[in-house]
Amino acid sequence: MAEQRRLIFQHIDEPGYSNDLACYLRHGGYEVLRKVVAKPPAEVVDEVKKSGLRGRGGAGFPCGVKWTLLDRKSGKPIYLVVNADESEPGTFKDRYIIHQDPHQKLEGIMITCFANNVKQAYVYIRGEFPEGARILEAAIAEARAANFVGPNILGTPYSCEIYVHRGAGAYICGEETGLIESLEGKRPYPRIKPPYFPAVLGLYQCPTIVNNVETLCHVKHIAAMGGEAYAKIGTPNNTGTRIFCVSGQVKKPGYYEFEVGKLTLGQLLNEVCGGPLPGRTFKAVIPGGSSAKVLKFGERYKGKRKVGAEMVDFDWALEDVPLDFDSLALAGSMGGSGGVIVMDDSVSMVEALGNINAFYGHESCGQCTPCREGSAWMQRVTARMVHGQARKEDGALLKNIADQIAGRTICAFGEACAWPTQSFVAKFGAEFEAYAAKPAKSPAAIELV
Amino acid sequence: MNLKPETLAKIEEVIPHYPVKRSAALPLLHLVQEDQGYLSNEAIEWIAAKLELQPINILELVTFYPMFRQKPIGRRHIRVCRTLSCALSGAYATCAEFEKQFNTYRGEISPDGEVTIEFVECLASCGTAPVVMVDDQLHEKVDRAKACDLAVKIKAEAAKRK
Amino acid sequence: MIQPASPDLITVNVDGREIAVPKGTNVIEAARLAGVDVPHFCYHPKLTVVGNCRMCLVETGMPAVDPATKTPILDPATGKQKVNWGPRPAIGCATNAAPGLHVRTTTQMVKDCRQGVMEFLLINHPLDCPICDQAGECMLQEQATGYGRGYSRYIEPKNVKPKRTRLGPRVTLDDERCILCSRCIRFCNEVAKDDVLGFVDRGSYSTLTCYPGKQLENNYSLNTVDICPVGALTSTDFRFKMRVWFLKQTPSIDIESSVGANTLVWSREGVIHRITPRRNDQVNDTWMSDSGRLFYQRVRAPGRLAGIKIGDQSATLEAAIAAAGRLLQGGSVAVVGSGQSSVEEQYLTRQLADCTAAPAYLVGRSGVGDKLLISADRNPNVRGAVVTGLIKALPTAKLEELAIAIDAGQVKTIVSVGEDLIAAGLTPAQLAKVAVIYLGTQADWTSAAARVLLPSLTVFEKNGTFINQQFRLQKFSAAVPGPAGATDDLVLLAQLVAAAGGPSLASEPASLWTALAAEVPALSAISFRGIPETGLVLDGTPWAALAFAEGAGLHFRPAART
Repeated sequence: MAEQRRLIFQHIDEPGYSNDLACYLRHGGYEVLRKVVAKPPAEVVDEVKKSGLRGRGGAGFPCGVKWTLLDRKSGKPIYLVVNADESEPGTFKDRYIIHQDPHQKLEGIMITCFANNVKQAYVYIRGEFPEGARILEAAIAEARAANFVGPNILGTPYSCEIYVHRGAGAYICGEETGLIESLEGKRPYPRIKPPYFPAVLGLYQCPTIVNNVETLCHVKHIAAMGGEAYAKIGTPNNTGTRIFCVSGQVKKPGYYEFEVGKLTLGQLLNEVCGGPLPGRTFKAVIPGGSSAKVLKFGERYKGKRKVGAEMVDFDWALEDVPLDFDSLALAGSMGGSGGVIVMDDSVSMVEALGNINAFYGHESCGQCTPCREGSAWMQRVTARMVHGQARKEDGALLKNIADQIAGRTICAFGEACAWPTQSFVAKFGAEFEAYAAKPAKSPAAIELV
Repeated sequence: MNLKPETLAKIEEVIPHYPVKRSAALPLLHLVQEDQGYLSNEAIEWIAAKLELQPINILELVTFYPMFRQKPIGRRHIRVCRTLSCALSGAYATCAEFEKQFNTYRGEISPDGEVTIEFVECLASCGTAPVVMVDDQLHEKVDRAKACDLAVKIKAEAAKRK
Repeated sequence: MIQPASPDLITVNVDGREIAVPKGTNVIEAARLAGVDVPHFCYHPKLTVVGNCRMCLVETGMPAVDPATKTPILDPATGKQKVNWGPRPAIGCATNAAPGLHVRTTTQMVKDCRQGVMEFLLINHPLDCPICDQAGECMLQEQATGYGRGYSRYIEPKNVKPKRTRLGPRVTLDDERCILCSRCIRFCNEVAKDDVLGFVDRGSYSTLTCYPGKQLENNYSLNTVDICPVGALTSTDFRFKMRVWFLKQTPSIDIESSVGANTLVWSREGVIHRITPRRNDQVNDTWMSDSGRLFYQRVRAPGRLAGIKIGDQSATLEAAIAAAGRLLQGGSVAVVGSGQSSVEEQYLTRQLADCTAAPAYLVGRSGVGDKLLISADRNPNVRGAVVTGLIKALPTAKLEELAIAIDAGQVKTIVSVGEDLIAAGLTPAQLAKVAVIYLGTQADWTSAAARVLLPSLTVFEKNGTFINQQFRLQKFSAAVPGPAGATDDLVLLAQLVAAAGGPSLASEPASLWTALAAEVPALSAISFRGIPETGLVLDGTPWAALAFAEGAGLHFRPAART
């Protein structure tokens, strides 16, 4: 089994490592930025394209392609917005970068800004990270004083300013156009695409890149080692490392950085995280943040997939699924944000879904009909079931409601709130039906709703 | 509007960070709420006027974001995460323990005026579930026992203040 | 593919039917041109597109071409070009026509989308139809019937929100009925330029409201009632008064100002119940002012004139006309016409002035233009008087010239067509010096002092045309009959002309227009029946030197003065 490869998390929890500039400089900080500003910006874009880096915020969209789509001809200023709104349940990685290694992130930001001719960047940080916002502002001040941020970076004609902007507790601000609306001071209603693709009509209707915190840190490393070298890490089309955040019912929850695709789900949960809690067996796992479809232990996934230039058969048990974007998609779920939530046999799947549906019902912004009404409806149905008034047909009803949401909404929140219900009911349908007979309280009877 | 001079200074500093004034709405709401404890109608109208907006534009934000409140809360703010990973680790029991310790219910100010307890959604620290924020500080692995300890600590700090 | 007729048109395919549409037309409008209804709520042709109701989801596709060679890929079965249909439906309001765009609206996927959206809209919607004013013109009712599932699967509690709030002096709000389409907010921001409405709270608890202490009180607030697809925003004046399916709709023109906003008059059995705007993309889009909707109240105002009189005595029409004729034949006549009269009435008024050698005056009405749909000229038809030659110069507010003439003893008889002479500046003393023949609708100083009182009709009771600030000739139609005792102005004027010794003239619009078209150069070749619904723009250059008072407004830029 592969060992952890701490590229982004190299210094997280390292004794003696502090989040100030002096410490970062001692560890070779900002040397990459120095290298980058001495060369044409287009070179960085090239390296990122070659690297195959895919976004680490949840969508897994190729970063180089995203930058290429930027409208560089409009004459309008280009903005970078850093998505530090980490709110996907099960995800807890950006927190540590922000609190413990902010300068790595700042260097990634500055490199990205230089590459894309950005003069103004905003870091949108979730309101529940007040300490993180203070740390970031202090780091920016230090960096500005040392000429890594602000006017005439490192003596070049290139200038770029960064400001921290705090959110106030809304998950939908993690959606890139919702984020932009929030930054503009309006209710964070995501925009319809077309026509409002951020690369063309983003912040203040100007071309904008929105990138996740971790993604920008990867940019720094790509700029350091070159895109080709980065592309050798991980697996083809799923390059580099990613931070897996494991939580829920495992012995050793926590964050683990591995090369993408170099370990399987089973290895992560059983070997790295020590397996289930004493006396329990694994029941289900959500591999990519709560929006991802749930996987059931005991399932198998069969089909054909591309390896190199050939189509090859695969036949996986859940434990065999490699942890990369493509494989998890083939297994019917997604890599998402890397948040792995584990449930064991003490959990009622109906109650777990009730907990998740309450989250989405609460967080729906309310702009478009299917998500607004559908997420609230699903929340109410599962709550009713959990509180003892389930009907046999409620599982099928839940799935049907979810089917009416996914693919019909303005933004991906529609899929995010529909996929859990669709997959829970599809895979654990018997539990849902059984709730009508009597509410199946599990032995551990832990309250989730 | 009776804001502290430091708050007013920060407000003046932050508005020019954006090419469009309206963007300063969230920063101003945070600053004024930290100054006053909550956002009164007077505060909402003051911020709207400051940013050349209509009061409804600010009210729309205050009521959308859970972190903004239009009424005062207890002296200490206890936020318990209720989303899946924390719930699986016992967050509901943690919350119940706090409620018991302070003889209050979620969303209210406790009888001694000291705390308001709330459920919040995922605080992005799922690996150390259950997590609780007391004011700005994150506390990890807060089971019933640790909740009890935290409550005792909060009460001790309250007593020292008196 | 059919080649479109004009280079600005592109061809799209809706449900197998090809249609040529202007570039940039959205799919809802393109489908409408193809005779296909794409249901929607939040889309409105005069407001920005938000795409939040999701009711207009349709399947779209583009013709398949080989990416390398750009040659069409053909379907071997049909021999026609293949269409790559998108995997997900797209909203029609935000999809603009591109050459070759294909749209499908009758597939199972589209049916499922519509049933789904309808179901979602109805789960928290209160079952208020029996008490809701919107019934009969409710988009939710119509689309639920046309595209909904037909039964409810929702057994959970429904959201409770504020009901029957006084949102403003003229608008009542029921938040439970609101489907959060945001048309009202967009209207207030974009058209009325009054940013007073907004959504508070989040998710399905989102609620439309004003900031406490503020109201929706601008002079266009009732347009939000018109465009609200459901019964959330309703007119307080109209509340619980009448079911809309009993109402007859008659096209008319707003008389508040020279804008000439197109209107609909809704009446039942001779009683008018409300006025709403009528769409005219060249004049008023789909809007009108709140104040313009109140004019129907003069139809049944307490002082409505309904008795023909000679002095204090009731008289027959024949006798009154004869008495008036004697006065008119006595010479020293002055004629006061009205900017509120129709073109046809102004033509006859001019005939009357001509055959009695009388000077003709008009009473001006001015106010501040609101840069939208109320202009600075508060007469709807001054230009009619100018075009028909009734007057040569623009009217002043007060009849100074006439007053001087009266005081100089040059006037013995005044014919006033609907203008109160005291309000227009004459003194009671001056009025006492002359004999007044009054055609009017409301009791006022002049009607009390009139020697011959001939009650006439309001704009809601007769047919005719006005010429608005754009020199656009627009028709209005009679919605309700006048009270017994009132006579059509054209009949009265034609009879007065005859009684004054003038020619025999027609007294209804269609026939009158033969003469109008023959005698007035600007109106040549026009027939009354041939005037289009959206009006006919005349050439106003002969009067370009006149100092018309109007400033810019919706669809209007004042012409440069020569």
